[in-house]
Amino acid sequence: MSRAVTPQRKFAVTLLAWAIGLLIFFPILWTIITSFKTEAEAIASPPSFLFFNWTTEAYEAVNQRSDYLKHFMNSVIISFGSTALGLLIAIPAAWSMAFVPGRRTKDVLMWMLSTKMLPPVGVLIPIYLIFRDTGLLDSRIGLVIVLTLINLPIIIWMLFTYFREIPGEILEAARMDGATLREEIVYILTPMAVPGIASTLLLNVILSWNEAFWTLNLTAAKAAPLTAFIASFSSPEGLFYAKLSAASTMAIAPILIIGWFSQKQLVRGLTFGAVK
Amino acid sequence: MATQHSRLAARVMISPAVILLLGWMLIPLCLTIYFSFLRYNLLMPGMEEFTGWTNYRYFLTDPAFFAAIANTLALVLGVLFITIVGGVLLALLLDQPMWGQGIVRILVIAPFFVMPTVSALVWKNMFMNPVNGLFAQLFKAVGLQPFDFLSQAPLMSIIGIVSWQWLPFATLILLTAIQSLDSEQLEAAEMDGAGPLSRFFYIILPHLGRAITVVILIQTIFLLSIFAEILVTTNGGPGTATTNLTYLVYVQSLLQFDVGGGSAGGVIAIILANIVAIFLMRMIGKNLDA
Repeated sequence: MSRAVTPQRKFAVTLLAWAIGLLIFFPILWTIITSFKTEAEAIASPPSFLFFNWTTEAYEAVNQRSDYLKHFMNSVIISFGSTALGLLIAIPAAWSMAFVPGRRTKDVLMWMLSTKMLPPVGVLIPIYLIFRDTGLLDSRIGLVIVLTLINLPIIIWMLFTYFREIPGEILEAARMDGATLREEIVYILTPMAVPGIASTLLLNVILSWNEAFWTLNLTAAKAAPLTAFIASFSSPEGLFYAKLSAASTMAIAPILIIGWFSQKQLVRGLTFGAVK
Repeated sequence: MATQHSRLAARVMISPAVILLLGWMLIPLCLTIYFSFLRYNLLMPGMEEFTGWTNYRYFLTDPAFFAAIANTLALVLGVLFITIVGGVLLALLLDQPMWGQGIVRILVIAPFFVMPTVSALVWKNMFMNPVNGLFAQLFKAVGLQPFDFLSQAPLMSIIGIVSWQWLPFATLILLTAIQSLDSEQLEAAEMDGAGPLSRFFYIILPHLGRAITVVILIQTIFLLSIFAEILVTTNGGPGTATTNLTYLVYVQSLLQFDVGGGSAGGVIAIILANIVAIFLMRMIGKNLDA
């Protein structure tokens, strides 16, 4: 809004907004601060906010547990693997729906959205038993398959809303200038589609990284990503606040950074293009 | 530009996605329905037999089932109420001119990117723990008895944790919607003497209708399946105080190995979710042009 506001009003708004913003952010900030404490300082009463001996003791302790890196790599492989596989299947589908829409395109899209409404717990048991019998239980490949399928509708919807905005006239113009189909795809469509594909990729990595129903139910020690690893802290181990904080900080940091870069796309991706 | 040839190509391009989603939906769905009519316990392999509606009768008369339905409803409605009211207010605030708007936005959106197990554990141990938690320390500092959130008000505590995770989402979407509002309309209303309240109720709120619908739809899908937060904080307890439908089916099938009973619960969960889904799809169908 370009209306003039008095400096006093702007000052008050700033103060209030920062206070609320910091309040909402505080649990994350507190986790990061605590991760640099010793275990004794982490439960000290009264708690200290800044003036304590900053140490990376807790990080060293967590990293020394031989399995931390393994779980981190599991998260990376599962989230990027399922996103890549999902894109591979979704790009042609979204492409054809955006450029060659048929009578039933809208129905197909709505149907895909409706598969997202099937509660995971309704299909948990068969998937669990099938995975048990095929050796996919507690394997990365199994989780990649499941996460690809649950995120496929979101990937298709999001790509569709991006592709639909590429004007068809450009293609016709290129064709009239004698571009072949290959040239059309390489020089015109791909450059225009890349930003949409990139933001779809980012949003899906975030969703897969944080997915915590299937990852908790289908993995044990071997293929568990960070969501499941952190859940193991729910036992008395979690009362070692500094180590819990260090493990948590490492688990959320990559996604916080990716997330902040893609907040605009987040709105569009998660609302199926309904709010831009 | 849609020739016969490109139609065919389009169909070929879309079929892998359709076939995979169809298989992903139908195969497990049919199996769940089939299992729900069997007496099938993983501890007694080879003893499966057809039992008709027994599993359903058992599940539907289990007092835990009604508790789970009530808890599921309370969880979904509670979180929706908090995040939408909070989200509208926060979006209105963030839309005002201020210094450092971008940074405040980043602070507010951050909880959405925290994985559910981390946020649940951080809240449970570092804030709500009755001995060393920050709230307990705060209570003691002002001379009050520490409050054991997760055993005295377990469901409210979980609603609080989940609301913290979803408030950023609602805020971000509603803020995006507010920013797309034509400011001339607001200025015109202001010049005509409309106060802040009537401007909010007659211009801003109707403009937000569609965004609010979208927030309700998407959050409901995710909130019906809340699982990790319950697993790491209360394990569904004390008693069944925080058991929702998802968690109840999990307990029945994967902890008690009763595949038949768990499947019956799964079918009921699907039916309930579908009732919500039909209602919501109709709303989104009206509001969206796909």
